[in-house]
Amino acid sequence: MLEGDVDAVGLAASLILVGIAIAVSLGQQLRIERQLLWATLRAFVQLIVMGFVLAWLLQPGRSTWYSWLWVAGMVVFAAWTVRARAPEVPGLLPVALLAIAAATVVTMGVLFGLGVFPAEARAIVPLGGMMIGNSLGGTVLAARRVADELTDKRPEVEARLALGHSARRAGKPYARSAIRTAMTPQIESTKAVGLVFLPGAMTGLILAGVKPVDAVLVQAAIMYLILGAVATTSVVVALGSIRLLFTPDDRLRPLTRNNAA
Amino acid sequence: MTPLFEFHDVRVSSGTADVLNGVTAAIPDRRLTVIAGASGSGKTSLLRLCNRLDVPTSGRIAYRGEDLLDLDPRRLRRRVGMVFQQPALFPGTVRDNLLAAAPKAAEEDLRSALTSVDIDGLLLDRVADTLSGGEAQRVCLARTLMCRPEVLLMDEPTASVHPAAAAILEENARRLSREGGVGVIWVTHDLGQIGRLAEFLLVLENGRVRYTGNPETAAATAALECLTADGTQ
Repeated sequence: MLEGDVDAVGLAASLILVGIAIAVSLGQQLRIERQLLWATLRAFVQLIVMGFVLAWLLQPGRSTWYSWLWVAGMVVFAAWTVRARAPEVPGLLPVALLAIAAATVVTMGVLFGLGVFPAEARAIVPLGGMMIGNSLGGTVLAARRVADELTDKRPEVEARLALGHSARRAGKPYARSAIRTAMTPQIESTKAVGLVFLPGAMTGLILAGVKPVDAVLVQAAIMYLILGAVATTSVVVALGSIRLLFTPDDRLRPLTRNNAA
Repeated sequence: MTPLFEFHDVRVSSGTADVLNGVTAAIPDRRLTVIAGASGSGKTSLLRLCNRLDVPTSGRIAYRGEDLLDLDPRRLRRRVGMVFQQPALFPGTVRDNLLAAAPKAAEEDLRSALTSVDIDGLLLDRVADTLSGGEAQRVCLARTLMCRPEVLLMDEPTASVHPAAAAILEENARRLSREGGVGVIWVTHDLGQIGRLAEFLLVLENGRVRYTGNPETAAATAALECLTADGTQ
């Protein structure tokens, strides 16, 4: 089995690549050096904290309820992040919370209810993270794309409303486009799996000594569930955003483009 | 006769600025009304209130005697159609655009909607993106007519089309008003157009009513001086 020892020198060596990225940013005047540094530092701190939390959760005899509680916390944080990244959609938090929570319950229910994995802390936390993390990317894209489309195509949207279309009908083409955009990265990575990259769960299982064919089957189940989770959350958030960006009397709310990354 | 639209002390605020500042006026039925005013006078804002694409911050608007807020907005918008300043065609063909207004319309209805705006029915299967500005605006008008509106709100519809196409659109509006029994409210800051079209005139200046009534009086001419003073003509 592979030992996962990385000492301070190894970690410092990996930072050389961050240095290259910063040099590229400076050379090309991309002005993302600060963001790169902040992301690097933040990821390090978050992972250290996560390491300690996992160590605590994995202690023998620890109730799995703590792991579920951790997953619930991740759901809330993810929904909060969606709201922060798409501030132009008012009242998005409950919609994102509902979408991500529902997708997490269903996917985790399948994974643990059908016995794909044992319901233990070492499986609950990382798998929950995978489902929620992937859903987060899709929902942020869906919400932002809906807001951008309605901002850019306001004349077209209002022309639809002026024909007596309901907000839902007038917003449908833009919701459809947003859902397509939100799902494309996940569809592409699902198509490329095994050919271009080996996903984390499968790699981890093989490193842990599980037979490659068994690891592949588990990975396939996880990928399908992630695809389902991303599709469900993107659809709910895109349609929810349409509802939130129109008034109850079918008018498009004033919108301003949010240029935040 | 009950006015087509009545505005009672209508205000619209955007942030701290007043776009419309206490508009009180009546627009008569069965006449081609022109709303004139310089850029930023509130013409478009007033028009957008008529089919509830916007609602006033305060004040009351009545459509044929009924409070606008008591009417179902979707039904109202089919009764009070709107053609915007920039033609906003939907992706797809001309046919797709017309069917967006009336999904069950027969082929004959689609062709007659196009011919009513002087466009050849053969253009039905043309991709909307390939139309000229004037054709696009007339297809927008035809699309609105598919809803069989009682009133047409036309927000500077000739602003982005060449003069020949503008003349056709003006003629379309006149014909709809006189022969089709459709109430037409046309927004413009073009003095020539006002002279050619207006049967009733409403002049706005800085969000207030400067003049309402017959366009051929000395007071109307004086009110329209705000257009030349503003340099828009």
